[in-house]
Amino acid sequence: MTRKIGRLLGVAGVAATLVLVGCKSDPDPVEPPDDPPPVVETTPPPPVEEPPKRMDAEGNPVDLSGNPLSRTFYFDFDQATLSQRDLAVLQMHAEFLRDFPDRSVVIEGHCDERGTREYNLALGERRSGAVEGFLTSSGVRASQVDSVSYGEERPADPGHDESAWSRNRRAELIYR
Amino acid sequence: MIARICSQLRLPARALSRGSGKVRPAAGSKCAPRRVCLAALSALALLAAATSPAAEDLEIVISEGRDNPARIAVVPFDASTAPVASGMADIIAFDLLRSGQFSTLARENMLSYPATPEDVFFRDWRIVDMDYLLIGRAVLESNGDLGVAWHLYDVTAGRELLSRRLVASPVHMRDVAHRIADDAYAAITGVRGAFSTRILYVLVQNPGTTYARYQLRLADSDGERARTVFESTEPVMSPGWSPDGTRIAYVSFETGKSSIVLHDLGTDERRIVANFEGINGAPAFSPDGNTLAMSLSRDGNSEIYTQDIATGALRRVTRHPGAIDTEPTWNATGDALIFTSDRGRRPQIYQVDLATLFVERLTFHGDYNARARLLPDQRHLIYVHRRDGIYHIAWKDLERDDLPRVLTATSLDESPSVAPNGAMLIYATQDGGRGILAVVSIDGGATYQLRSASGDVREPTWSPFLDTTRVVSSSE
Repeated sequence: MTRKIGRLLGVAGVAATLVLVGCKSDPDPVEPPDDPPPVVETTPPPPVEEPPKRMDAEGNPVDLSGNPLSRTFYFDFDQATLSQRDLAVLQMHAEFLRDFPDRSVVIEGHCDERGTREYNLALGERRSGAVEGFLTSSGVRASQVDSVSYGEERPADPGHDESAWSRNRRAELIYR
Repeated sequence: MIARICSQLRLPARALSRGSGKVRPAAGSKCAPRRVCLAALSALALLAAATSPAAEDLEIVISEGRDNPARIAVVPFDASTAPVASGMADIIAFDLLRSGQFSTLARENMLSYPATPEDVFFRDWRIVDMDYLLIGRAVLESNGDLGVAWHLYDVTAGRELLSRRLVASPVHMRDVAHRIADDAYAAITGVRGAFSTRILYVLVQNPGTTYARYQLRLADSDGERARTVFESTEPVMSPGWSPDGTRIAYVSFETGKSSIVLHDLGTDERRIVANFEGINGAPAFSPDGNTLAMSLSRDGNSEIYTQDIATGALRRVTRHPGAIDTEPTWNATGDALIFTSDRGRRPQIYQVDLATLFVERLTFHGDYNARARLLPDQRHLIYVHRRDGIYHIAWKDLERDDLPRVLTATSLDESPSVAPNGAMLIYATQDGGRGILAVVSIDGGATYQLRSASGDVREPTWSPFLDTTRVVSSSE
């Protein structure tokens, strides 16, 4: 019995050292997830000049001033047309994805509750497809982009008025 | 004006409180798109097997009946030796009342409680203005079966219309009651009764939140005996019945995106039959039960396909790049599909001949017509129709080019489904921000609502006529 516990403690100790070793020898800057910016800065800095910050703590792309790029794009009723403003933002997403070819994004297409559910499933796909088409035509590799339509099944706002509907007609970029 | 039937009569539907408690969601069942998550799939399959009855389910509120309903007294059955049958008359009366074609007499207004023909005195029923009288006696047979002898009378003519004896296991008491209501309804109206049917629907708890739970539920036509057929943290939509009522098909997002599931109601065995890239939606069984029509976007945009269920072989039916083609439904002979398309810029209803692939447009009035269903007469179409910005259920005669008749007075109406006898229509609507189901008679007038205390209910699908061999006729 005590021997078993001793062995378990031994295993735990080995595991702990493995984790520590793993932390020390892992300065990989393109593998961001948990708390990347401090880690990058506290490890011995590379001698090259510091590039502008490209993503926030969650790994989502930021603009030149460091603010997160908008990842939700809204549509008019029964439409799948992106506005000029949205296209400008999507252009920055495209640049980010071109510069970080190991990053990928899922585009979710959504609709408001009006109209039939299956028609909206197809309309949601048209919306996610509009975003996907713009990204790939801007040089993002098709393997980096995936899209899924949820139709009206996943509203951002559960309300039943025009303001809720306008928030629900959307495409969302989810970075992985 | 004759009084409307029992406005605001409320009968809470009791659900069977058997078996296990609430089934918890499988952890980590949210998967990346286009990557089938096997762990989640098997966990969800387990959920499907462990059906969980909710404590309280569909409550029915009758809001309106038609003018001049037939008046019937359904006398409490003599169940002195078979207490299990003591509520049968209420079940039968509630069936007839919901049809909108009957008003029923409260038992406190009855002058006598006959249970056998010898006890019937027509004057007792003429005094209270009845057109019809239904009586019965239930006994437990020596083998434990429930036997029910019942009689239907035409009070005005003073004669018996129908006399039957039914035998079933006592656990099928409700089936016996619905069968009696079906037979009485047919004897009086000349139309087959559809009370021994079921409703499949989607119940969503915490809709529009990250805690949303989606349940596919199955209940008797009166909202009773509801059970969960499938449950998921991912959306479930578009349920439909096989023509024999033994299988269902629906869309589930358990793979992280829409896929089509075939589910055997007898064994709870389920199989993903379509999980192609893009949308897999709108499954509809062919009249022979061998083929599913569906909407797939695997070739770039949403198009109509048929799939042989046994072989999985696909046939592409529509070919209209850029347009949404979806929501297929079969005609009775299985040689044509009716579907929604926005190939003319706005959603309209079309028909495609499966031999020639010739496409014909069916709706011309209004800028949003979608999700059609044919009535059993194959001549009338029921569909979602937008008028003045409001979504209603409309009815159209395919042999005339009249304006469609709007059947519903509510808004945001969708998912119409017709009872197999063609007399009633169930659809989804909203009331006070809650998703509820509503039923209207096709000829107008009667309406009632079904609502759940625990969430939004949507996408009701009325079953076909079901196998009723659990209840057998016998001679006395």
